[in-house]
Amino acid sequence: MFVARSIAADHRDLIHDVSFDFHGRRMATCSSDQSVKVWDKSENGDWHCTASWKTHSGSVWRVTWAHPEFGQVLASCSFDRTAAVWEEIVGESNDKLRGQSHWVKRTTLVDSRTSVTDVKFAPKHMGLMLATCSADGVVRIYEAPDVMNLSQWSLQHEISCKLSCSCISWNPSSSRAHSPMIAVGSDDNSPNILAKVQIYEYNENTRKYAKAEALMTVSDPVHDIAFAPNLGRSFHILAVATKDVRIFTLKPLRKELTSSGGLTKFEIHIVAQFDNHNSQVWRVSWNITGTVLASSGDDGCVRLWKANYMDNWKCTGILKGNGSPVNGSSQQGIFNASLGSANTSLQNSLNGSSASR
Amino acid sequence: MGGRGKAGPGLRAVRGCGRCGAGAPLTDTVPLQVVPGADPSARQLCFAWGPAEVLVCETLFGRAGTGDGAPSSSCVFVVRRDQDIYIQTLRKLFNESHGIFMGLQRSEEELAGKSRKAQLVQVSKNYRSVIRACMEDMHQAAVSTQDPALQGQYSTQVSILSAMELIWNLCEILFVESATAGPLLLRLLDWVRLHVCDVDSMVREVLSSESPSKHKLFWNVVDVFVLQGRMDEARHLLSKEASANPTSMNMYKILDDLMKKMPVPSLSNTQTLTELELKWQHWHEECQRYLQDGTFASNPHMESICKILLGDEDAILEKKELMTTWYHFLVTRLLYSHPTVKPLELRFYAQSSMDLFLGGESSPEPLDMILMAAFEFEMHQVIKECSIVLSNWWFVAHLTDLLDHCKLLQSHNLYFGSNMREFLLLEYASGLFSHHSLWQLGVDYFDHCPEYGRVYLELHIERIPLSTEQKALKVLRICEQRQMHEQVRSICKIMAMKALRNNRLGSALSWSIRAKDAAFATLISDRFLKDYSERGCFSDLDLIDNLGPSMLLSDRLTFLGKYREFHRLYGEKRFPEAARLLLTLMTAHIAPCSFWMTLLTDALPLLEQKEVIFSAEQTYELMRCLEDLTAGNPDKQKFQEDDIETTKVEMLRLALARNLARVIVKEGTVEGS
Repeated sequence: MFVARSIAADHRDLIHDVSFDFHGRRMATCSSDQSVKVWDKSENGDWHCTASWKTHSGSVWRVTWAHPEFGQVLASCSFDRTAAVWEEIVGESNDKLRGQSHWVKRTTLVDSRTSVTDVKFAPKHMGLMLATCSADGVVRIYEAPDVMNLSQWSLQHEISCKLSCSCISWNPSSSRAHSPMIAVGSDDNSPNILAKVQIYEYNENTRKYAKAEALMTVSDPVHDIAFAPNLGRSFHILAVATKDVRIFTLKPLRKELTSSGGLTKFEIHIVAQFDNHNSQVWRVSWNITGTVLASSGDDGCVRLWKANYMDNWKCTGILKGNGSPVNGSSQQGIFNASLGSANTSLQNSLNGSSASR
Repeated sequence: MGGRGKAGPGLRAVRGCGRCGAGAPLTDTVPLQVVPGADPSARQLCFAWGPAEVLVCETLFGRAGTGDGAPSSSCVFVVRRDQDIYIQTLRKLFNESHGIFMGLQRSEEELAGKSRKAQLVQVSKNYRSVIRACMEDMHQAAVSTQDPALQGQYSTQVSILSAMELIWNLCEILFVESATAGPLLLRLLDWVRLHVCDVDSMVREVLSSESPSKHKLFWNVVDVFVLQGRMDEARHLLSKEASANPTSMNMYKILDDLMKKMPVPSLSNTQTLTELELKWQHWHEECQRYLQDGTFASNPHMESICKILLGDEDAILEKKELMTTWYHFLVTRLLYSHPTVKPLELRFYAQSSMDLFLGGESSPEPLDMILMAAFEFEMHQVIKECSIVLSNWWFVAHLTDLLDHCKLLQSHNLYFGSNMREFLLLEYASGLFSHHSLWQLGVDYFDHCPEYGRVYLELHIERIPLSTEQKALKVLRICEQRQMHEQVRSICKIMAMKALRNNRLGSALSWSIRAKDAAFATLISDRFLKDYSERGCFSDLDLIDNLGPSMLLSDRLTFLGKYREFHRLYGEKRFPEAARLLLTLMTAHIAPCSFWMTLLTDALPLLEQKEVIFSAEQTYELMRCLEDLTAGNPDKQKFQEDDIETTKVEMLRLALARNLARVIVKEGTVEGS
């Protein structure tokens, strides 16, 4: 790993989220300054801010891109109790000349009565759908029935989770064998032993989402949650950021063996658990093949985890700040001088030694 | 030869960087990448994965901002994973080894025994020659650059490549060729001669001097030749010295004779190992005799050579500086004490040679451990250790694949990556996919991973930026060849959406036809029809005229195609055909209701031709259509209030009535006659 570039983000307050578009050619940042910025990568690899606008009237927690099949669409969620959908407008030659693009608000989703803590677009095979979750413990699923008209979003489902929600993750599997599924994490920190991860599955018969599982072993506040890309496996892999990093496998049991009317039951195993961040873990996210998990924690580090071919999970790299100020200008290439820098994942993935320490 | 580097320091360099995380608790082998600016004591990092890069940015979790509105100094950092992929000079390595890899996958497995082995050895040699060529380039680059930092980088890279080639060569001898006792030693000698080149410059200096035998390093060079078993060269040098010293002529002659007579294994099968051992024993005793009777006592150099010939460990170890590495020492030792060493005996000699050579003064380097594992025939260990110290997946992926083709790896059945070979190839190919042009090589590697290659390719290829139509077509072709229907559909859909956003309707339509996306084709057809209603002409005629069977993708598209056909017929003055088509569009409900008025208006000029075109029956149909439209339209108000619409309807009624009158007369006349 090496830092190839640094870009001065120029937000007026804390940045809460960065997000790559599907192809890795655009990114979006959002901040407590209530704005979202969009950045485009030019042919020579430089990043330019092509749009910056006020999106909410509170801190913007998350920003995320829709699949490019739906055009250039962003969703954001905020402390101001709303989520919003934005679309880029092609046109105005003036803007183009200045290298700027124009984003318009297509809709504001105002159903929540508390801070909207996460927003995620559903896997594209489900159509243009998004889910939000909020501090009042409700997950809402919206759909735009006409993908050409993003101002029409209908609230399809409201799932009450009973606990303050902090994060959601759609199961990306497009296999017919798997029903749509969404995992919800709660950062409720009152002293209780309630499961802080719940898994909801769509039931074709009732046309509703129903709770399929709760991860009873996770009783501490959960800050982030992420299903891994499926790779055609029969089971699912779920990463959870709580007081440590945990990786679970969820193996669907055959439906007829279960009693709860069409809902899938799962055999759940924890396959890895790392406390290397020493304290709270705030983010977990998988690479595109679901073979590397990145996690970020209170220790100020991003750690990369990878399983080798013998299914042992190990840390294969760490990103850590050095505390020194960054040189003023943006776009400088801060290349790691040594060419022989470690092939970290290679190193650890082949070490057959035991996973967690 | 310029490109030859020293393997040792190279891997030392690798080690230096590879273990940069050393010392930190719990992370002793985990490399650390420092992100400038971020303060780990006060701040955390948020991040996002991209297809090729990771974004990292300083943040504070679980808290809102400071709210003071002061500009934040935070930067977003773009972090890349596979650094070697971006090194320009290594492109040759990636490109050319891809060809060899593909050849190997296609190669005839049926070739049995010797010819198969010869084939595999040749593949191995090809890989090595690519490494060497790359090393040569890198060396040239190092020599020609003025930038000391860059020079340092190139030199490091040269030594890494050199180490890779050294390891690969040994694996080739031991695993691919699996040389047997006898030839094994010859191969190892070649290996040492090729790679121990620290002394080359000394040899060159002495040989090119005016009188080599007077050179102060003369005996060193003779020793080098003897240690490497280069007897002819050693004898040639000695003969020069002999002619300069007539007094000791006899001594030289004896030594020369001993060196000449030394039995060596042959590559052909003309002598058996027993024969060789017998001869060798004989020769050994002869050397022993000369040493004991003090023949060389007057010349310490020659005496030491004789001791070397006898395989005297101390005598050989005295020449440590001339051998530079323990594995040279090992091969020299084998040459003079165990020339018929069997492959499986190597491990004992290797271990003791390393211990003797290092003598507790220094600990083994990673390279030493890798070579040792090879001598121990621990193939798995070799790959593991290489993975730890080398900075790219190229080496382990290709070597493992070759060893797998030699049927040397037993598979490890695991849930992801069917075996080590596939695991490593997947990693290597994934790395290639993070590069804007090398990804095309990655496709072929994924193709040869039976278990997960396809799903990896699917995940990676849909992330290739579709910056131009050409690039999209290239990606599309790859997906189409592999029947990746979902990726084909998605790429076409993305392109269609992009074209539509930019108001390129023709392109949008052809992409959505390719995507077989009926809904989208309908939407774009509507845009075409709307444009036509507004402007009275069609754009992208070429495309619409040549829709062919793809017209059937959506009803609206069918209508668009047929409607355009009507205009063509009309333009070609084929009025009866045009009229029939126009009517069918309404009666068969191909045309959307919203478009009927336009169609009826299009009928006006046909109704007003001199020639009667619509038959009576057709005219009744048209009238019915008009009445359906005006009566059945819930928006009746619209027709009443809109003057233009009302006038149109009136005009149509009039034209239809007149036409009906004319046609009745005409048809009556025809029937009557």
